[in-house]
Amino acid sequence: MTTENQALIFEMSKEGRIGHSLPELDVDRVDLDELIPSSFQREKAADLPQVSELQLVRHYTALSRRNHGVDSGFYPLGSCTMKYNPKINEDVARYPGFAHLHPYQPENQIQGAMELMYNLQNSLEEVTGMDQVTLQPAAGAHGEWTGLMLIRAYHEGRGDHQRTKVIVPDSAHGTNPASAVVAGFEALTVRSTDEGLVDLDHLRELTGEDTAALMLTNPNTLGLFERQISEMAEIIHEAGGKLYYDGANSNAILGITRPGDMGFDVVHLNLHKTFTTPHGGGGPGSGPVGVKNDLVPYLPAPIIVKEGENYTFSYDFPDTIGRVKPYYGNFGINVRAYTYIRTMGPEGLKQVSLQAVLNANYMLRRLQPYFDTPYEQHCKHEFVLSGKRQKKLGVRTLDMAKRLLDFGYHPPTIYFPINVEECLMVEPTETESKETLDEFCDAMIQIAEEAENTPEVVQEAPHSTVIGRLDETTAARKPVLKYSREA
Amino acid sequence: MNDFRYLPMTDRDQKEMLETIGVESLDELFEDVPDRVKFDGALDIEPALHETALIKEMQRLAGRNTNIKDYPSFLGAGVYEHYIPSVVNHMLLRSEFFTAYTPYQPEISQGELQGIFEFQTMICELTGMDLANSSMYDGPTALTEAAMMSCGQTKKKEILVSKTVHPEALEVLKTNAAGQNLTVVEIEEKDGRTNMEDLEQKYTSSTACVIVQYPNFFGQIEDLQKVEEIAHSDKSHMIVSSNPLSLGMLKPPGEFGADVVVGDAQPFGIPTQLGGPHCGYFAVTKKLMRKVPGRLVGQTTDDSGQRGFVLTLQAREQHIRRDKATSNICSNQALNALGAAIAMSAIGKYGLKEMAEQNMQKAHYAKKTLEDKGFHAVFTGPFFNEFVIEFTKEVSQINERLFEKGIIGGLDLGRFYKGREKQMLLAVTELRTKEEIDALASALEGAE
Repeated sequence: MTTENQALIFEMSKEGRIGHSLPELDVDRVDLDELIPSSFQREKAADLPQVSELQLVRHYTALSRRNHGVDSGFYPLGSCTMKYNPKINEDVARYPGFAHLHPYQPENQIQGAMELMYNLQNSLEEVTGMDQVTLQPAAGAHGEWTGLMLIRAYHEGRGDHQRTKVIVPDSAHGTNPASAVVAGFEALTVRSTDEGLVDLDHLRELTGEDTAALMLTNPNTLGLFERQISEMAEIIHEAGGKLYYDGANSNAILGITRPGDMGFDVVHLNLHKTFTTPHGGGGPGSGPVGVKNDLVPYLPAPIIVKEGENYTFSYDFPDTIGRVKPYYGNFGINVRAYTYIRTMGPEGLKQVSLQAVLNANYMLRRLQPYFDTPYEQHCKHEFVLSGKRQKKLGVRTLDMAKRLLDFGYHPPTIYFPINVEECLMVEPTETESKETLDEFCDAMIQIAEEAENTPEVVQEAPHSTVIGRLDETTAARKPVLKYSREA
Repeated sequence: MNDFRYLPMTDRDQKEMLETIGVESLDELFEDVPDRVKFDGALDIEPALHETALIKEMQRLAGRNTNIKDYPSFLGAGVYEHYIPSVVNHMLLRSEFFTAYTPYQPEISQGELQGIFEFQTMICELTGMDLANSSMYDGPTALTEAAMMSCGQTKKKEILVSKTVHPEALEVLKTNAAGQNLTVVEIEEKDGRTNMEDLEQKYTSSTACVIVQYPNFFGQIEDLQKVEEIAHSDKSHMIVSSNPLSLGMLKPPGEFGADVVVGDAQPFGIPTQLGGPHCGYFAVTKKLMRKVPGRLVGQTTDDSGQRGFVLTLQAREQHIRRDKATSNICSNQALNALGAAIAMSAIGKYGLKEMAEQNMQKAHYAKKTLEDKGFHAVFTGPFFNEFVIEFTKEVSQINERLFEKGIIGGLDLGRFYKGREKQMLLAVTELRTKEEIDALASALEGAE
């Protein structure tokens, strides 16, 4: 990383410079006032930058050097599955035959794209054990909301209007309760036991005639497999509710167990987690949703079907909840995910989960002597540590996270799940080598020792980044959300 | 065991790791997965391919498509083919950007944060609004989030939306409104624009917001001054969905008094890619700052006073507020927002104006050329880069004939509107040459 301050692109702008090469206007230029009334015309040009092409390249190159990605170094951000993003996926998504298609071209001009989407639907159905997948949702939270809308439509389609509650574990991602509310439900929280698993007694108490669904991540966000999943499914199904699978953690289960076989009725997958499409600094992602047969009539249209040798869009979903996204979802992302699935095949995908789980358990056991580990059982693809011991020494989890920056690592997820004190959630993924895991563990162990011997080194971290800890309070109290020349 | 280039674990690694853990086999790590839910056997998916075979297969699939770089295309309708400066892709391939996640650790995410801060600034410049967020999934979902935010803020339950808004955006809006038990009331169209009398009639004290598109789905430029008068006659919001390229020429909605401006930044450096991923934008007045969905990047300083950037006002968001959040959005389209910002920087202040004007000039030339040949333009109001022509035959047939002559025709409006099967929505961007426009006119001969 570079340490010099980087000017805003507006600050390097100079009147008269250009960074483009627009085509020439080859039709006669007509006076604008003849084309549109002057009352519709912009008076003052939008003040976009004026930079040369090299200036632009230097600016964004400098910005990229002030950013840490998976390609820069280890990124064990729990629940985010920051695995390697294969380069061939990027190449394929840029083939003109994929990148330059218009959604309103007729079917006979886009048969290859439709074949790809059809195959991807099928692959995801097989991986999840569901009957039908839609590729329309744009991201995980969008998939959650779509799935919950499907469940709502299912209940209402049966004349069952009393199901207003969605049950969510206390360890769930924040998107779960938020999505429930956006889909018109009330979110109820079910407690975890001391073992880190859903408290079945509490679940029974909460479940009733008003239960629309239980949303569950399995393995859960503590990285633990909910071994009583079949019992939970029974409780919910007997009460007439549906089971929703948050696929955020599916990197642990490929070819090992399938949501459909665990009793789930609806699933979403984050293709930008398990299926290697890049996170892009916060999107674009893709959040396909799979359902069991009884929910198929409610899916957003269209779905791609095969008729003879041809692929076609089926709009035959009379009870559809309606569109959740225009066109056909984040196709460009789906191309990358399909490329990955074809790279790995059935055996490769299973190895992914086996090795992701082995990596996580290895790190857990190496770090266990130095940090509190609230749960004893084997973890799946991720695990949580608690910084309780270090907190007593005056070193908080935030400090340890910032200290990790000095070692060139992106820290684990911190202070989540919210039911673990001073939580650090570590997800190594399968694409990291044992050497990397060992180096990271060594750094963590050194930090634990520093917390005891030289706590100020940790408290004052980071020491080597381009910028120190930032004043977030002032940022929120007096928000500056854009550049202005006057300021 | 090591057949996969993305998996570095060797047999020896595995053995050592199992020993450290204190288990005999990998299976032991999965003892908590009950037998009754364990998956036996191999997944029934296509077999793995080596890189060379994979490239061949993906090229085969791509080759089965007709791409709009090989044929001049007059398709638009919310997704546009534009000039993409080569630098955009090169900068986006800097993998420090695309392999990063949401910038939760600002000290090592300054590049992304600053890039998005600059994007937010550019969107404000274009729309004439006080602030913009870091992006939404796409234009239609941004429009929907705007309506939801408006209902939440005004505590009213009725959304008035013009029928001249993109029909797929309308569909997405209706799906969302159903989830929140909100009512969507559609305003009739008249001569290709919003029927103001109908809007005035349907506007009530329960109206949370009035939504129009500018330029609208038919390419026509709506009278935002009139919309504003009606929308603000009581306490409702004026929401405008806008093609940001058109704002290089058109008076920005902010200057008409819009409360929220949304749209899709796809025209800036983002390939059409069959409709996604694109890049929704979301801009508001200062009054609505704390109600905005999604991520916001703000400027601040570090402990030594150096300028830096952070995600801010996070108390609105799902990871803090859970069921009380202003939206459930988490991942957005950050990389595409960055791409749009790079494209806007390359195109620049005067380039944007020129690009917008070229769209307008060429579209007007195309419409005039067709009219001179005897074709009937359905709407006569001012327009940006799209217009509607009515033929004597169905558009689907005409498009087949055009394709035989190497041209991809415009959108068949019959796809969305009963009775408009003979009407075509044509988009003409700066990429269409005079020669291509003239060829289109000749190819259409006989269908007037």
